[in-house]
Amino acid sequence: MIWEIELVLFLFLIISAIVALEAKDLLIAVVTLTIFSFTMALLFTAMGGIDVGFTEAVIGAGVTGILFVIALFRTTIKTND
Amino acid sequence: MRTQFESPIVLLGARLLSPYIMLFGIYVIFHGHYSPGGGFQGGALLASSIILIRIAGGRLVSRLQIKEFFTTPMAAIGVIVYFAAGFISVLYGSYFLDYEALPFPGDLTPAELRYYGILVIEIGIGIAVMAILVMIYDHMARGEDYA
Repeated sequence: MIWEIELVLFLFLIISAIVALEAKDLLIAVVTLTIFSFTMALLFTAMGGIDVGFTEAVIGAGVTGILFVIALFRTTIKTND
Repeated sequence: MRTQFESPIVLLGARLLSPYIMLFGIYVIFHGHYSPGGGFQGGALLASSIILIRIAGGRLVSRLQIKEFFTTPMAAIGVIVYFAAGFISVLYGSYFLDYEALPFPGDLTPAELRYYGILVIEIGIGIAVMAILVMIYDHMARGEDYA
């Protein structure tokens, strides 16, 4: 893969991880975690693990986001930190 | 966050998108033994297409597709398909999950027997994963969707 695109993907990964950790609104954290997961899937695919990237894209970016949103719906949306 | 409203655009978008996700999930399950993918990924794709309809339409719409009490028997059926395909080969005098001994009709070579045996296993895993993911969603969203 072209290393410039991979560098941009790594930067995107780190930024989304920091935003997901530091966000006060937990819905923002869930959405950013989904972005993190999809970037991770793209990086897995770039490194040759197509099967792992596929699983990460389906589970991390699809089902886990919905389950987190439902968990927020049952609890509070503001963090207590 | 708890305000509810009906949006025909969201429901129409989910209805447009859901069958293609489901078709892709079935493709992934049936091509899992010689291409990337398999039972788990295909089952997760099927589950996400069903959950998409559920999260867009609420309970009344989702009852038309797969009823809530039907997910637990489907998960049990998937596990039974997996275990039966493994155990039949034990009954025919071979090891557990050794697909060479499976009694498929017709004159098949051992390679073709392994091919169809893995296909049966993948279908079982796909049904079980789909049913369990939908069941987790149903139990988490119980009593919350009024639509």
